[in-house]
Amino acid sequence: MNVAGTRETQIANPLFEFLLRLGDDRLVLGHRMSEWCGHGPILEEDIAMANIALDLVGQANSLLKLAGETEGAGRDEDALAYFRSEPEFRNAQMLELPKGDFAFTMVRQFLFDAYSVLQWDALQSCSFAPLAGIAAKALKEDVYHLRHSSDWMLRMGDGTEESHARAQAALGSLWRYTGELFERDAVDEAVRDNGIILDQAAMQSMWTQRVNDVISRATLAVPAAGASSSGGRRGRHTEVLGHMLAEMQIVARSHPGAKW
Amino acid sequence: MTGEAFAAPTRAQVLEILELVKDPEVPVVSVVELGIVRDVSIDGSRVTVTITPTYSGCPAMREIEQDIRVALSAHSINDVELNTVHAPAWTTDWIGPEAREKLRAYGIAPPGAVEHGGLVTISKRRAAAACPRCGSMNTQLQSEFGSTACKAIHVCLACREPFDEFKAF
Repeated sequence: MNVAGTRETQIANPLFEFLLRLGDDRLVLGHRMSEWCGHGPILEEDIAMANIALDLVGQANSLLKLAGETEGAGRDEDALAYFRSEPEFRNAQMLELPKGDFAFTMVRQFLFDAYSVLQWDALQSCSFAPLAGIAAKALKEDVYHLRHSSDWMLRMGDGTEESHARAQAALGSLWRYTGELFERDAVDEAVRDNGIILDQAAMQSMWTQRVNDVISRATLAVPAAGASSSGGRRGRHTEVLGHMLAEMQIVARSHPGAKW
Repeated sequence: MTGEAFAAPTRAQVLEILELVKDPEVPVVSVVELGIVRDVSIDGSRVTVTITPTYSGCPAMREIEQDIRVALSAHSINDVELNTVHAPAWTTDWIGPEAREKLRAYGIAPPGAVEHGGLVTISKRRAAAACPRCGSMNTQLQSEFGSTACKAIHVCLACREPFDEFKAF
């Protein structure tokens, strides 16, 4: 059982755990984004969302492959993506929430993109070379994502009464989940031995400054600090992740080892 | 496709063969011209081709690997190892002037120079892409995400044609 506070002492391979967190964030968000394929509000946006989903799943592919090699137990990226259950996923809870309406999807994407570019920017110069390589490439992709989601923040916030209201409601629902992105624990301490150093506090302050800037330019209001929700990094998830994984994993689990 | 069999191929011969392997989504430029092939090394009969992915999620990468094997196999080069590297990260700056001209002639605006530095680009607008058909700079970006990960969609306001641009990356 995962009892808060006890699990951290049992982490045998912090680097594996760290890579799972990075990979699962992208896999879960990428899957949520892919749910828009064929349902986008306009054709160009449908294509854009499919492209972004593809980038995220591609990043997850590289990260989980590296995680599997680090673990050394013979699990490859497919085994990690399709044959782990809910408590074994390490994504932040914000990323598993259902896609909601277009405003919810795009506000979440914006909050994550602004976080992700800071993470990749720091990781591209870490001394763990395989991760630095993945980070440098992913950073270029996420700069495009951030520009796209920032544009939508402006268009929705400073758009019609309805788009403004929907964007503001999405911010309100998502805000409580953002704190988890910057939590620091024993895994972050331990991977310093692998040359991976992230300063979560500095990242949070840069993120807050940039995100607040876009929110105010979009004529939206930064939600008040209140209750927060977290636990995803330790395998505690909201009830929706299990449903999402059931859909994402059913083909692989029904036909293990199947090839195209 | 079969070609001259190389019992002990040289690096130059292997590169010459790879020049004929086109990108499946942009079939006028080769995987060498695009900078996907980073290196070729030969150890006896073993040929190692080092490649780098363009975008993390590019679905063409597996097809490109397969195409490389098939092209080499047509010259009886079967002891092939494909080695994927992530660093240095692929950039459109590696695409040379000749390949850029091929892209333009095919109807895809070639990539501009990659802009470095700065993570938040919200207030920064990119330079217009020249229309590959009429050459006008009076063009408008429709979407930075196009038919493939590497392309953006534009429309030319002079000749009214929509066109793809190979994104600076």
